[in-house]
Amino acid sequence: MRSSLNLFLLAVLASGGAVLAQTSSTYNLGRTPTQEEIRTWDIAISPDGKELPPGRGSAKEGAAIYAQKCASCHGPTGAEQGQTDFPLVGGKGTLTTLHPVRTLGSFWPFATTIWDYIRRAMPQGKEGSLTVDEVYAVTAYLLYRNGIIQESDSLNATSLPKIQMPNRNGFVPAKPAWKPREKRPFGFYP
Amino acid sequence: MNAKESGRRKFLKGGVALAGLAVGGLRVASGQSSGAEAAASPHKDSRTYGERSRFDTAERQPTGAAPYGDTALVTPIQALTGIITPAGLHFVMDHLAGVPDIDPQQHRLMIHGMVDRPLIFTVEELKRLPSVSRIHFLECNANSRPLQGPKAESVQQVHGKTSCSEWTGVLLSLLLQEASVQAGASWLVSEGAEGNKYTKSLPLAKAMEDVLVAYGQNGEPVRPEQGFPLRLLVPGWEANYSTKWLRRIKIVDQPYMTQHESTHNANLHPDGKAHWFRFEMGVKSVITRPCGGQKLPSPGFYEITGLAWSGGGTVRKVEVSTDGGRTWKNAELQQPVHRKAHTRFRLPWTWDGNETILQSRCTDDQGEMQPTIAELAKIWEVSTDYFLGSGVDHFNAIQPWKVNRDGSVHNALFS
Ligand code: HEC
Repeated sequence: MRSSLNLFLLAVLASGGAVLAQTSSTYNLGRTPTQEEIRTWDIAISPDGKELPPGRGSAKEGAAIYAQKCASCHGPTGAEQGQTDFPLVGGKGTLTTLHPVRTLGSFWPFATTIWDYIRRAMPQGKEGSLTVDEVYAVTAYLLYRNGIIQESDSLNATSLPKIQMPNRNGFVPAKPAWKPREKRPFGFYP
Repeated sequence: MNAKESGRRKFLKGGVALAGLAVGGLRVASGQSSGAEAAASPHKDSRTYGERSRFDTAERQPTGAAPYGDTALVTPIQALTGIITPAGLHFVMDHLAGVPDIDPQQHRLMIHGMVDRPLIFTVEELKRLPSVSRIHFLECNANSRPLQGPKAESVQQVHGKTSCSEWTGVLLSLLLQEASVQAGASWLVSEGAEGNKYTKSLPLAKAMEDVLVAYGQNGEPVRPEQGFPLRLLVPGWEANYSTKWLRRIKIVDQPYMTQHESTHNANLHPDGKAHWFRFEMGVKSVITRPCGGQKLPSPGFYEITGLAWSGGGTVRKVEVSTDGGRTWKNAELQQPVHRKAHTRFRLPWTWDGNETILQSRCTDDQGEMQPTIAELAKIWEVSTDYFLGSGVDHFNAIQPWKVNRDGSVHNALFS
């Protein structure tokens, strides 16, 4: 017991004080990624937008990019059905009907999701080909087409997360909340 | 023609159709390891990797429903025996990016974010860690959504988005301990390696409970359509949490509201409010023989059999009614019953040739019983017509099958 504690202290001293990192590993498998590796892999954008990279783009610039790189699948204006479940534009006032049209304008609670998704997944088949500025621009264009921002507006890492999406308050926490090993009320699957 | 020749001809035939793929495969092989070369040559000999009888015709079927019509494939649950779904019949839902052709030697899993020790693992390193094997179902949140028309007669089309496998891998809790999660972390975001990098938020409490990073399925490596070489396996929850082709886990302090969380997976209620996340699948059972679309050749003895499961735990009881719900009998459950797994039930039955309705209902170890469609409508405060609308998820009402005098079996959910 005692000698293993001593060994442990020696290891801590030798490692220059990185106590938590060293002691938490039981198996010592895997390696530490470089900051550069983490930066290039990490494309997840949170609702508060803290991971958004610097850059900018306007709805006007976005219109040209949309026509060139998106319209072939999503239709000339985005309001067409296209290849998706729902069009990219429209759907206002349909959420309480039997056939709600959940578009990014009528339904999505955060504008950051649009940015994240276009960068990671669009244009389909050429994912990752847009520049950061192009992603801001085409996001701005889709928000403009959904009547959420003005045509003259431009977006960047600070302004995008501040956009109030129309259905933000339409998202409510799941009820009842899920708790490990807790019984659910009949008929509800949290 | 010996087996080797027949295999070779098959390979050549496939080679024409898959010319594009083969070029990609060669490119990988030339710059890389022997692993990539092995991946470029499919099994050619049915003695070295067996095939099923040519008389066994059970197959997955496309659903044909937008937007995943051609890529969503449903399991022929009417053809299954026991509790395991063969890997080749496991239902498939991907997110339109297709199945990536991943060389396991090149694949990496990164764990980072709110951890003291960000880590990158190779698949070989993950396989050196202590492993577990567990039998669990995976069910799509849209499974059992009521259908109209001819498709409603098919148990495969209505209920085939569920499958059950033995999964082998490392507990995610072990990996997170290795990475040392920081105070204040409460969620993680998982990400796949396919073209559009599917991504999904998961509460950390669940990640620490029973989630696997799986590399094995039914004794083999996880199949490509199921996430080869690595996938998340989140027992009992909507299958969309179980990210395939897993390449990254980021530990965070909030859900990230990814595209799917903001669209398909948000539970929109008739009042226009969307519940952010749903997790567990409910208690469910369905008779798979006799079932809609089948025909009983004559009166006489039949074994009624089907599958039952619960995302909340273990199936305790399955009752079957053969008289339109007037009386219920306990079916026999195939032992052992696994947690969050398909459970096979069986009941002997003699059909007297009269019209009748067959149905099953399941109760789990939390005491929750599968509701009727009328009960479900009451709980959700909707009319039963609501369930015919688009986007109804987590539908788990009792499934009635009507047997007509001519022996034909029909879906009687709405009658
Ligand atoms: C080759 C066809 C194609 C092209 C080109 C394309 N998309 Fe898409 N897009 C799709 C498909 C298919 C989906 C549905 C994916 C899914 O739901 O998994 C989609 C989904 C989307 C969504 C999410 C919609 C929703 O409601 O979930 C957005 C936003 C989007 N695309 C934006 C764009 C933008 C911006 C461009 C141009 C830069 C673009 N797309 C180019 C095919 C395409």
